[in-house]
Amino acid sequence: MKYIISVLAITLSLAAVAAQAPQQPQDLATTITGGSGGPPRIALPQFLALSNDPETVAAAKTITDVLWDDLNYEHEFSFVERDVNSTIPPARTVDDPPFDRWREVNADGLIAGSVQKTGNGFVIRYRMFNVRDRRAVLGTEFSGSANPRRYAHTIADEIFLKQRAVRGVARTKLAYTSDQANERLTGTVEARNVKEIYIADYDGQSQQRVTVGRTLNAFPAWSPDARSLAYVSWRRGQPNIFVSHIYDGTLDELTKNAAENYLPAWSPDGTRIAFSSTRDGNAEIYVANKDGGNVRRLTNSAAIDTTPTWSPNGNEIAFTSDRSGSPQIYVVAADGLGAVQRLTAESYADRPTWSPAPYNEIAFESRTGARFDIKILDVNTRQVKQLTFGEGSNESPAFAPNGRHLAFMSDRSGKFQIYTMTRDGRDVRQLTRQGTNTLPNWSN
Amino acid sequence: MRTNRLTLYTLVVLFAVTAAACGKKKAPLLAPTSAAEAEAPPPAAPPPTPAARVTEPPPVPTPAPIREDNLSANSSLDDLNRNSPLKPAFFALDSAEIDGPAKAVLDADATLLRQNRTWVVTVEGHCDERGTAEYNLALGERRAAAAIAYLKSLGIPAERLKTVSYGKEFPFDPGHDENAWKSNRRAHFVITAK
Repeated sequence: MKYIISVLAITLSLAAVAAQAPQQPQDLATTITGGSGGPPRIALPQFLALSNDPETVAAAKTITDVLWDDLNYEHEFSFVERDVNSTIPPARTVDDPPFDRWREVNADGLIAGSVQKTGNGFVIRYRMFNVRDRRAVLGTEFSGSANPRRYAHTIADEIFLKQRAVRGVARTKLAYTSDQANERLTGTVEARNVKEIYIADYDGQSQQRVTVGRTLNAFPAWSPDARSLAYVSWRRGQPNIFVSHIYDGTLDELTKNAAENYLPAWSPDGTRIAFSSTRDGNAEIYVANKDGGNVRRLTNSAAIDTTPTWSPNGNEIAFTSDRSGSPQIYVVAADGLGAVQRLTAESYADRPTWSPAPYNEIAFESRTGARFDIKILDVNTRQVKQLTFGEGSNESPAFAPNGRHLAFMSDRSGKFQIYTMTRDGRDVRQLTRQGTNTLPNWSN
Repeated sequence: MRTNRLTLYTLVVLFAVTAAACGKKKAPLLAPTSAAEAEAPPPAAPPPTPAARVTEPPPVPTPAPIREDNLSANSSLDDLNRNSPLKPAFFALDSAEIDGPAKAVLDADATLLRQNRTWVVTVEGHCDERGTAEYNLALGERRAAAAIAYLKSLGIPAERLKTVSYGKEFPFDPGHDENAWKSNRRAHFVITAK
């Protein structure tokens, strides 16, 4: 029982009834295309509230707004403007939209939805129509009592997958370190605030605290099944790696206070964890089974070897080493055999984070002038592209599971906060605002 | 819990006072029922108001006896660390090298550690914000280890010295200038037993 650190009452059970699945088989005819080769122009009028009670009306508004933000996130659609939407009378049901009117405003696709109150939750229906041929291309019915935002995220991911063959991130989560609880660390006379692990939706909403260690907890890393978080905690004195099974409320200790252990990184198949440890004298890279067993040492140098990241196929591990003087990114086979190869020639490079397939890229933080910026290395061509340009210090990048976005931390607005941007450095969004929030990691 | 105890305490006191007051009032109205009782001495005076005072802990703890065999005997670990006689060693940017000034500080620290043979210390490695959070964990460890290696070379036993790296997570000076950075690159001593 002592390992139960927190109970996260997260209702994940959307209980998708999935009654009316798409009518047509998945083929070209069901894919809505843009009129002139551009992205499809989508109309998303407000979901119908099928009753007038405030809860239903609020849920319909939330689902519409969140779905709009979600669909906007991947830059796969353009949208009929909100003020144009409001000139078109709402349909009575999701099945009889005024197609002529939507065609007049050049909509290629239309998403119509409704929210109906039930005994202990809602039934949410939506249809996506091709406005030109008036056929429904997608449609699902959900029922349950989850946060309305979850339904919007589920709908968005379904639309991305079936319309654009894109794996959406609307249901993914970010983990990070935060001092926002403003609690003082015990056992020190210095004015130090505890730092705890938090998780939030990809858009920064629905934030929840994970650890209650009242100590320094940092460097969270999601397991590939997004049900566990490995992180570093100083609760035993020296830094050690803990694995929190956040939906079960249980905790494992990966390392048992054998020197300093930090920067855990899960193998893509979820069976192993790479980390850095000083157990043999100075910082080296190790790989252990996820239960802490079968520890193997990968590197052997008098230099600092730290910050491991796995290649998407699990065959290689990139890491940071100062064996050449300044910290640079290197790569070695995941079994530790074969030569160590240097990848970067920066003035100072750290936090390599290998993108998921299909991109073969490693994002990292690079010292540019006094502070840091995020760069991306194409592993095949060795070309480096800079994504941020000196607006504050930009550090600790983490890829979204679809490889199309990066989370990072920046002090461009004062204290360090979590931001996301696209993999080419556009659409920068600030997710956190309370306290100092650092060291993001993005779930599958 | 504290509120409940207070409430209970208040009720007990109130009850005692009320009972005492009633007892006084009623006493003359009650006719003695037997000679023995009539001859009995009057009831003892009611106890002073705070009847339950004996359960209160003394407001000031008994002072510990003063011994003068070492610096720390009459102060808590926190007091000792608040004005720590052990001074931090500072480092250059990206460096864990014990330079001349750092050696002078550590020489003085070693002298104190020899004079106070019971002290056990943790040496915290700290870094400034101009390094990364990740690499700084290892750099902080390297700084703490360098300080300990130097103290060992001066004869301080290894078992009295522990290390922990905090990277750049707990800066001493929250500023963003050269003075702050200089102050934050350090091996910092915390006395954990005396």
